[in-house]
Amino acid sequence: MIPIADTNFVEATWIMIVKSLVIFGVIFAILPLMTVLERKLIGRFQHRYGPNRVGPFGILQPLADVGKLLGKEAFMPANAIPTLFVLGPLLTVLSGVLALAIIPWGDVQDGVGLYGIDVPIGILYFFAVGSIAFYGVLLGGWSSGSKYSLLGAMRGAAQLISYEVSMGLALLGAVMMAGSLSLVDVVHAQGEVWFIVPQIVGFLIFMLAGFAETNRTPFDMPEADAELVQGFMTEYGGMRFGSFLLVEYMEIIVVSGIAAAMFLGGWMGPGPGFLDPIWMLTKMLGLVLLFIWIRATLPRLRYDQLMSLGWKILLPLATLNVLVTAVLVVLT
Amino acid sequence: MADGLSSPLSAPPAVETEVMTINIGPHHPATHGVLRLVVDLEGEVVRDLKPVIGYVHTGIEKSCEDKSYWKVIPFVERMDYVSFFFQMEAFCGAVERLVDLEIPPRAKYLRMIFLELNRIHSHLVWLGTTALDLGAISMLWYCFRERERILDLFEMATGQRMHTRYFQVGGVIEDIPVGFEEKLRKFIADMPVRVGQYEALLDRNEVFLQRTKGTGIVPRERLLELGVTGPLLRAAGEPWDMRKTFDYLAYPEMDFKIPVGTVGDNYDRYRVRLAEIVESVRIVEQSLDALPEGPFIADDRKYVLPPRSELPTSMESLIHHFKLVTEGYRVAPGEVYYAIESPRGELGCFVLADGSAKPARVHFRDPSFINLQAFKDMAVDTYVADMIVSLGMLDPILGGVDR
Amino acid sequence: MPDAPGLELIRGEIEQDHPGAILDTSFDRGQATLVVDSEQVLEVLRWLCDAPGQGYRFLSSLHAADYLPATPRFAVHYELLNRNRVERLRVKALLADPSAGPVTAGDPPPPPVAKASSGVGSPTAPPAEGLPEIDSCVELFPTADFQEREVFDFFGIVFRGHPDLTRILLPEDYVGWPQRRDFPVGGEPVTFTYNERQYG
Repeated sequence: MIPIADTNFVEATWIMIVKSLVIFGVIFAILPLMTVLERKLIGRFQHRYGPNRVGPFGILQPLADVGKLLGKEAFMPANAIPTLFVLGPLLTVLSGVLALAIIPWGDVQDGVGLYGIDVPIGILYFFAVGSIAFYGVLLGGWSSGSKYSLLGAMRGAAQLISYEVSMGLALLGAVMMAGSLSLVDVVHAQGEVWFIVPQIVGFLIFMLAGFAETNRTPFDMPEADAELVQGFMTEYGGMRFGSFLLVEYMEIIVVSGIAAAMFLGGWMGPGPGFLDPIWMLTKMLGLVLLFIWIRATLPRLRYDQLMSLGWKILLPLATLNVLVTAVLVVLT
Repeated sequence: MADGLSSPLSAPPAVETEVMTINIGPHHPATHGVLRLVVDLEGEVVRDLKPVIGYVHTGIEKSCEDKSYWKVIPFVERMDYVSFFFQMEAFCGAVERLVDLEIPPRAKYLRMIFLELNRIHSHLVWLGTTALDLGAISMLWYCFRERERILDLFEMATGQRMHTRYFQVGGVIEDIPVGFEEKLRKFIADMPVRVGQYEALLDRNEVFLQRTKGTGIVPRERLLELGVTGPLLRAAGEPWDMRKTFDYLAYPEMDFKIPVGTVGDNYDRYRVRLAEIVESVRIVEQSLDALPEGPFIADDRKYVLPPRSELPTSMESLIHHFKLVTEGYRVAPGEVYYAIESPRGELGCFVLADGSAKPARVHFRDPSFINLQAFKDMAVDTYVADMIVSLGMLDPILGGVDR
Repeated sequence: MPDAPGLELIRGEIEQDHPGAILDTSFDRGQATLVVDSEQVLEVLRWLCDAPGQGYRFLSSLHAADYLPATPRFAVHYELLNRNRVERLRVKALLADPSAGPVTAGDPPPPPVAKASSGVGSPTAPPAEGLPEIDSCVELFPTADFQEREVFDFFGIVFRGHPDLTRILLPEDYVGWPQRRDFPVGGEPVTFTYNERQYG
């Protein structure tokens, strides 16, 4: 049997199950809070209050939203392809949840690794499951039987493919410095200096590509509401629409988590070991705030500008970064 | 466009591509109302488009023929619902020319103050919604913050936030209240600062510059052929502003500049409108400084309601009041075309009088309606995203287009 | 605006090139109007646009008016503008109503039925008979495109040579010319749920 987890360290199956439940539970508790946070913050950026009616400080707003979405009719256009139409949101949710597994929340403590799984292929796993999201977007958009959806899906697919490459190359520098693909090992390798210092170029490229991967402003082309109504989500309603939104936030968490682990020293921080997950969360939260801030500030790029940015600037830059890192790693 | 991967805009594609006809609108977030565009897309590039209008046609021009002159005013200001004062001025001005009524100087200045405030208001709505089309969501709220102050000023002086029915044939219906001037001065002191903040947000934003520079260019000659006026024409480098060329209200006494662009792309359109806000602020300031004392409405009892205070004591006033309110005034046969510079261009009002107390025909030359013809030139052979930006920069108000 | 003598000068010059084109002039409330024969309106417009010393190259507005019960009944107005001299000139082309038959003053034709029923008059169908016709000036002034369509839409005045003379603001299957003076106001049934079978 080919081991999927690190063979040096084996956990009992029930621990694995409990871990995955805890991670899943915590993230799903954070997601609604993130939506409130985003709406509150953007409200402040824009001289508004943001949601403040449901519950104290509007904190129960997402519950009301979900309740509303669940109560809506699961509408499907007459010319949609039913199976694929349903499959679209499912696949995206699946990819988002799978990617959560490899975010390291802490080191091995008391015989339990504070992460979902520590796969030796590490970030390759992240890219593999991340690519599944692209099927969700493409299938969902194409099977809707709407031209807006189709346009949005095509944009989304092209964008995800283009930026996946730069994203991978951006991480490669850090991987080479750590000498391992495993995220846990990469974090361990940052004991002396966080990789954001030597790998600042890689970090910036990763974040830029991360904005594109998560379809956030200024790269929210697939759902550019001024042009394509809601892009690939146009024909979706109810909780299917909600799950697309949910995944968007989940992807933000994943990208922030990967960036925090690869460049910001992961769980490292002052204080006793049990604070590790807190540190990780704090770093991730910082990156999430960046996502929100950018959304309130920047306009949207045009599709061709997005493509040329990806292929003509980010990709050569990332390659160069890899090359320079490789030379330095070999020399030192 | 220079940095596009290939250049699909001009050269015919090497591979066979299919043209997809897509229907944008009438319900679409970016059409600023209920404009429907039938667009032929080749991939992301617009190859042909046809605007389909009429979804909010309410027959205002026809309804006006059934109302006495003074009752037409609230009708016409509901055409272009963002620049309501301009419709009032166009109609009242046309009727004043029909009945040969000179309005007192104070009314002229008051009208100018409100017209220019309305111009700022209109440009703010434009800036917010266009930036929203570009994806800069926060601009909308910043613009509407200032717009709110203008509407508060309108409310203070006229009792209404929009569609104020403030201008009357012969002047304005009421003098400005106590405290209005102070509030207005505060606003015009703040507004240039705010414009500077908008510039800081947008003008130094590389994404915004890339999206607007070099897109939607229509040559000046073509714009003139198409009858386009207003900021669109000025952005193409034609310094045509009817506030300067025609003598109406007290604009000849005002010191203001006409901002013009050079290239005529979407960026120039943005710059011109932003500069116009500042110039409008200057006009408001000068009008406020030079605001003459005196009556705010002409003292011609045949056309103007007598002051309320005279009604209990003067039989003659009461008769005039009764006649004006019930039948209205009769206008000798004739026809007048009166045009003013609205935020979107030449706003003309044609009034045909047949001797009765109701106009025989009221026609508005709405700038949005005419300018919309230039949209095809702006948007064909550009990306669909640029088409949306060009539409925003064209700034059509569908209430005015459809009337 | 050209003043009253200036207007007569323009009239005289046009008369030389196109005799009979100018039916009348009027200078009223500071606005100059040339009343032209509807058959020669295009020649007059082109002359005003191109002739040296004229240069009315900007068509501000094109609209129509119904002068019922006067004859000829309709007029198409061209608000021309010389942007160099800042002068406006109105050209008014008078059009008789062919459906009125011999002139009988004070007896307007019966109002058309104001009921939009689908299937009547497809958008590409040729305009009905009995409508006044005039030459389109879209070639000369591209800005007239929408405005001529609007005039056709509301007055039923056919512009010969217009590239796409269809209704612009009203629904394509609308019947009647609502801006005519004999068209009743408020003749449009409103569709609600209870009467949608009747009108919908």
